Amino acid sequence: MIDQLKASAPGAVGAQATRKRGLRSLHGLAFTVPYLPFLITFGILPMVYALYLAVTDDTGGWVGVDNFTRTVRDYRFLPAFGHILLYTTMWLGSLVVLVVGLALLLHGRANRVTSVFRFLFYIPGALAGAASILVWLFMLDPAVSPGSFLLHLFDTDLFVESIAPGRLPFVFAMIAFWTGAGGWIVVMYGALNTIPDELEEAARIDGAGPVTVALRLKLPLIRKWIAYMTILAFATGTQLFVEPQLVNQASLGMVPDTWSSNQLAYQLAFRYGDFNGAAAISIDLIVIALIAAVLIVKRTGLFRTED
Amino acid sequence: MRLVARGLRFVILAAFAAFFVVPVIWLILAPTKSDEALVSRGPFAFGSLHNVALAWEHLDAFSEQIYRAWIGNSLLYALGATAIVLVTAIPAGYGLTMADFPGRKLILTLTLIVMIMPAATLVLPIFLELDALNLIGNALSIILPFAFFPFGVYLAYIYYSTAIPRDLLDAARIDGCGELATFRHIALPLAKPVVALVFFFSFVSDWNNFFLPYAVLADSQQYPIQPGLSTLLSSTPSFNPATGGGGQQVGIFRPELALATLLAVIPVAIVFLLSQRALVRGLVAGAVKN
Repeated sequence: MIDQLKASAPGAVGAQATRKRGLRSLHGLAFTVPYLPFLITFGILPMVYALYLAVTDDTGGWVGVDNFTRTVRDYRFLPAFGHILLYTTMWLGSLVVLVVGLALLLHGRANRVTSVFRFLFYIPGALAGAASILVWLFMLDPAVSPGSFLLHLFDTDLFVESIAPGRLPFVFAMIAFWTGAGGWIVVMYGALNTIPDELEEAARIDGAGPVTVALRLKLPLIRKWIAYMTILAFATGTQLFVEPQLVNQASLGMVPDTWSSNQLAYQLAFRYGDFNGAAAISIDLIVIALIAAVLIVKRTGLFRTED
Repeated sequence: MRLVARGLRFVILAAFAAFFVVPVIWLILAPTKSDEALVSRGPFAFGSLHNVALAWEHLDAFSEQIYRAWIGNSLLYALGATAIVLVTAIPAGYGLTMADFPGRKLILTLTLIVMIMPAATLVLPIFLELDALNLIGNALSIILPFAFFPFGVYLAYIYYSTAIPRDLLDAARIDGCGELATFRHIALPLAKPVVALVFFFSFVSDWNNFFLPYAVLADSQQYPIQPGLSTLLSSTPSFNPATGGGGQQVGIFRPELALATLLAVIPVAIVFLLSQRALVRGLVAGAVKN
């Protein structure tokens, strides 16, 4: 539509319009100025410094990829990345399928009941971070859990069995879904609300049922939001820290304090003083998250200004 | 057929609602029971308010009322940082949408890259920076890093680029509004829902942030509530039998831990209720729809 407007502008005022646009673009920059010092100080500079640490040793001398090969050979490296991969896969899968599914389901017939459900789904969002882990430590303790019958179904009679290392990726994915899904459902629902009624009506008049409308019309229109959610969820997934850290405390060390890659980096830095190794692991994580982000941005056109 | 579909829809929604809500109900009821009653009585049994008072007494006595200090710190850090976020992120999101200025893609890309940086990567350099600025041990050492909230910039950016028609802003400009006036009188009022969203997500993410304070703060008196809860967990004998004797001494058992968790959530719940109307009205309101 904007393109049409632009196209219909008479050629005579073209030069003036160009100058105006140039001026406007400077104003655009001006609006971002208050944000830039924060971006630089707490985003870009630390990032550059981390890169520097990753390719140098503790005296500041250049060592190339040495920190990377050294940490990959660490016996804790592969298990930690394996855990994260498994966890992130489960968490992303559940997030994309269930959050989008539930949002579409809620949006299908908006009424009072819908807003009650949306509110109920959101409630655990208040309990993120350490609070959510504490709640789930209780939920996974067959002695006190309201879901103990479910736990028994999975042959779990003791708390330590609930947090057996093999089950942890699933447990953490469930906790993350429990706290995170509601917020994203709110966001997706909001995004669905920006779809003009006329579009939906038109589709309905053309004979589309609610399922077709949801999958063929609504889903493509909230594409940008889904992409955005996926990128963020992927990144937060690879950064898992507080959950295994608290489970480590509660399991008396049965779950290692280097269960996730982020924990491994933390331990290297703050316990062994190996900042360079820690930086190398962080860079590994960034590269993984970046590759994923680039793929998603490219495939969904997240950066385009039109739409 | 229609009825079956509707029934099915309701069953699915109700099942998920149970999954989301049951643990919360359990948590609310837990402090009303003693530690023994938690095990012996039904999970949804109500004990007595007296037990809640007792649990609070124990919690409050822990380390000379340190729990109150943690909550106060969290409020200070989260509100201070969120105020700065609102002033920086909303205009930035707007500026990034309105024109294709040189460096725009770079800012967007860098913001996104930083957003997906692992916390551990940034925290160590940030720690060194704060040290260089002589801020370690100061509340600003938490507030300033928290005030950098790229997520909010993206929320504002996506909102402005999808939900607000350019024609509307152009119309204001044609009517003689300057850029600042266009922003103040048109773009900002239209963005109320996204201001609420940014306020909400920023406050919640600061409130729930564990990693930065855990790594940066040395004095547990300065802790916000998240690392505080972790400290409490390691004093609870049922999850940490090693501190069994310690548990007896400090009086922190499961009901106290549940109460501490519950109280820690209240501010977030309040902020949610405050933003709820804007969230629910959703990103709909405004001039997009007639």
